[in-house]
Amino acid sequence: MLRLDVNLFDYTILAIYFILVVGIGVMARRAVATSEDFLLSGRSLPAWVTGLAFISANLGAIEILGMAANGAQYGMSTLHFYWIGAVPAMVFLGVVMMPFYYGSRVRTVPEFLLRRFNPATHLFNALSFAAAAVLTAGVNLYALALVINALIGWPTWFSIVISALFVLAYITLGGLSGAIYNEVLQFFVIVAGLVPLVIIGLDNVGGYSGLKEKVTHTALGPNSFSTWAGTNVGHWSNPLGDWIGIVMGLGFVLSFGYWTTNFAEVQRALSAKDLSAAQRTPLIGAFPKIFIPALTILPGLIALVLIPNLGKTEDLTYNDAIPLLMNRFLPNGTLGVALAGLLAAFMAGMAANVSSFNTVFTYDIWQTYIVKGRRDSYYLRVGRVVTVAGILVGIGTAFIASGYSNIMNYIQLLFSYFNAPLFATFIIAMFWKRTTPWAGFWGLLAGTLGAGVMHFAGYHIAYFYKGGVFDPTHSTINAQMLNFYGAITAFMADLIVTVAVTLVTRPKPVHELAGLVWGVHDPNAPDPDSVPKPAWWASPKLLAAVAIGIVIVLSIIFA
Amino acid sequence: MSENHSGATSASQAASVEPDAPQSAASKLFDIRLLIGGLFTLYGLMLTVAGFFTSDADLKKASDININLWLGLGMLALGLLFLLWRQVNPLRIEPHAVDPRAQDRA
Repeated sequence: MLRLDVNLFDYTILAIYFILVVGIGVMARRAVATSEDFLLSGRSLPAWVTGLAFISANLGAIEILGMAANGAQYGMSTLHFYWIGAVPAMVFLGVVMMPFYYGSRVRTVPEFLLRRFNPATHLFNALSFAAAAVLTAGVNLYALALVINALIGWPTWFSIVISALFVLAYITLGGLSGAIYNEVLQFFVIVAGLVPLVIIGLDNVGGYSGLKEKVTHTALGPNSFSTWAGTNVGHWSNPLGDWIGIVMGLGFVLSFGYWTTNFAEVQRALSAKDLSAAQRTPLIGAFPKIFIPALTILPGLIALVLIPNLGKTEDLTYNDAIPLLMNRFLPNGTLGVALAGLLAAFMAGMAANVSSFNTVFTYDIWQTYIVKGRRDSYYLRVGRVVTVAGILVGIGTAFIASGYSNIMNYIQLLFSYFNAPLFATFIIAMFWKRTTPWAGFWGLLAGTLGAGVMHFAGYHIAYFYKGGVFDPTHSTINAQMLNFYGAITAFMADLIVTVAVTLVTRPKPVHELAGLVWGVHDPNAPDPDSVPKPAWWASPKLLAAVAIGIVIVLSIIFA
Repeated sequence: MSENHSGATSASQAASVEPDAPQSAASKLFDIRLLIGGLFTLYGLMLTVAGFFTSDADLKKASDININLWLGLGMLALGLLFLLWRQVNPLRIEPHAVDPRAQDRA
């Protein structure tokens, strides 16, 4: 088993980092006096901070190790998860949707559904989000413990408890500011840890052209450096299936659903100091997102070339690509920085989920349905208690996951059904003011059921199997492609049911929709001329256009 | 108008309703650039110094690149850049109370 050769120098670097992690929580404590300070950073942060936190909240270690694994397994097609599957949705969130979220002063994504639709829709979304967030936090914690156990040999239970205590310290003290500041720091440390790996790795395999030539001679073959090869509808051979699934399923439904409605992401933008900063949050995040594949997919491919039998044995899974390269190339010192980055990413993956869970639970469940109308200091206290409770549930989840990893996979699959239809509901809600309160609820329910039904039906459809040949053991099924088509089904089911129910039920009076729907002006909104405008180079529209432009050029180069 | 938004009262509103309610302390938040700059400067110095004592075995391991030295210099540069940015353009967080809508409602 892989074991890193960590010495006192690396441990010193790790120790400094972990002291700073807690220090940020302690120092952010002074800035917490109200529940909104604790749960939304008092809506005071500059755009570059929220923008980097926006991308870091997604840049958990599961994402980093997982995308390197995808790179080794699928080749350059993995780029679709970044350029099609993230950037367009981030741009849409910033330019089109943020004015509704930030402008209406809602504090959470479920709260938008409460004001736009009704309590049933709200509760459906708030409960499924809260449960999924706290569970994902636990899964991150378990994955962290596994990596610590493998790399430096600490027992799993010890790693779970210690890392949970660090996260507990900095979010219970500093609240969302503690989480966001740590995410910004983590972003730079993880980049500093991965860049040396790519530089040494590329040098070792003879540069980019050397890598390309060597990968062509592996099992991945010549198509591994093409993103769109084999995506023909009807007879696909691309590891991600046909282009309908990639463009509509991944690029439209899944990506927009995750980036524009997942509160763990949107919360970072809501903590920005004004509407312009909130709009720029996902746009600033889009620029690192465009280039992160260089730090994940390239190490995956380098590992594929340099590590014989990668992905072929139980000891050398694709997920080990980055740790294996760290072990092979990095001397003590740089190794410590890379390890700090990796551990920070795991903690951030947990902290982002806990800090969005506590907000939804405090505002959307406790304050809205259980104990209403108390003063703010009460809800600040609730927020702190819920944070501790969320972390304890996360620890419990991590221990369950260490015994029954399959159950965890099924539960996560279940929550993905709840996510799939969200974008359909939001987009109709924001652009069709006739959409009725009950249409919101039944649409979401229908979409969730649609995703579930398609997932099970897909196993009996030959088209989703490699070569179009049904395999009774299900071992050759293209799970990614089925996932994309499941999302398309969810979207369509949500759309159809929402429209149908709207036509037979009563809409909300227009004055209740002020600021929530396109074309319905909010009379309380500040005069646009009184709001300070950002400099021309920081205008959301310009940032959006530049981000999309870069993606188009890169997509053509790497097609 | 805002009374219709059940459960949607924002904390800024609540603050204006309750006379003894605490005001947002968000303006007391420290500047993260100090910590990023400080950490990267420290790491940069540690790695750069280590880079001068790189063993032949370490050099060979890293494909003949003195990575501790280069990463150290890179992190040092980024750290100093953050400290400089903080000097040139100090943090000004406006208190949340200046939000025009919160004042309208009060």
